[in-house]
Amino acid sequence: MKLLTHNFLQCHIKGVKNGYPLNIEAVKIEERDADFDPDFLRSMFKRIDWKAFLVGAQALGCAEGLPQAVSEEQLQDDGFLQKFHHALLEVCLEEGSLICPETGRRFPVVKGIPNMLLNEDEV
Amino acid sequence: MGKSERPEHTAPPDIFYNEDEARKYTSNTRMIAIQEKLTQRALELLALPLDGTPRLLLDIGCGSGLSGEALTEAGHAWLGLDISEAMLDVAVEREVEGDVLLGDMGQGVPLRQGVFDGAISISAVQWLCNADRSSHEPRKRLKAFFESLYRCLARGARAVLQVYPENAMQAEMMVAAAMKVGFSGGLVVDYPHSTRAKKFFLVLMVGPSSYAPQAKGLDGADEPMSEDEDVDMGEGGQVRNEGRQRKRHGKPKGSSKSGAQLKSKSWVLKKKAQMRGKGYTAIPVDTKYTARKRKKGF
Repeated sequence: MKLLTHNFLQCHIKGVKNGYPLNIEAVKIEERDADFDPDFLRSMFKRIDWKAFLVGAQALGCAEGLPQAVSEEQLQDDGFLQKFHHALLEVCLEEGSLICPETGRRFPVVKGIPNMLLNEDEV
Repeated sequence: MGKSERPEHTAPPDIFYNEDEARKYTSNTRMIAIQEKLTQRALELLALPLDGTPRLLLDIGCGSGLSGEALTEAGHAWLGLDISEAMLDVAVEREVEGDVLLGDMGQGVPLRQGVFDGAISISAVQWLCNADRSSHEPRKRLKAFFESLYRCLARGARAVLQVYPENAMQAEMMVAAAMKVGFSGGLVVDYPHSTRAKKFFLVLMVGPSSYAPQAKGLDGADEPMSEDEDVDMGEGGQVRNEGRQRKRHGKPKGSSKSGAQLKSKSWVLKKKAQMRGKGYTAIPVDTKYTARKRKKGF
């Protein structure tokens, strides 16, 4: 699972109000090469929740060099985009869990696939 | 899956799509070709603006990632959701570009508000019309699915869901559930006059839109046979049993007095012209499909 995906995931247990962002507990992290596409990164940046992204990047150990806030100029800067690209698309969580911030419910991640299935009493 | 048997009737999706079934989706060229064609058509109906920017799409019921591959080819990023672990394992093995989630669309998609530029789904949503457990209520599950889908799509985004409704009631149920949560749009039926090629697409829009999708084959035409379909029907799939054919004596079948091959296109056209000349009015018009040969069944 990439941080791009993590940024969109939220806990959907019935009654949960603050199911975002899910905390990451990493057991195994892998890096994979992805094609660098500045246009795509810029369009993705608009819908990324930066705060949640930073928290996720810290959990996956790739937050180094990522600023607390991003200005318009930085989006044109290749150096920043490279780092953003690396953390967003190349670092993958292989094994671990995602934890709902409100209920503490764990969603296991196995072989890079988050298991978001709910039990019947959570629907 | 037998020809007449619907997979929805055999077992719940997480059971039905087991490892064996999942393998088929990587080895069966016919299945792959069909999936790819449906995805192409769904993308066409999605009608994303052609400005070259890669979009972020959601693939509901992504399975082994066949539809996702078609999305990658079209240059888009995607996130897939499926309930079958076996299918997702195959997707990961095949190293598809998008990430995949294990989840049940009937429980709602676990995604944040307004992030996706569009959603597609190939042959999946009709599963929601079945109650596979005592706790399942199709209407509730449809509602949960469409509500969460509506929420995670950006304003002005569209969702194209290709479905196999079992009957008119099911189709109506799905459309009604989608409209109830705020989608506009409706059902597009391609090749409505053909039993084989008929395909249903739920085309849904978030917010008002002037987009009017166009169905294919409304003039009664059947789906044109594509080249790749001919290819995979090729030698491997054909059974030849020459030994069973009887030797014929006398005049070979298929030639008539006039010299035109019996039942050939020229013969059919001639007969139709004759009938018209006799004053019959109910003779079908001549088209490129007239007297076209059917594909061999097996």
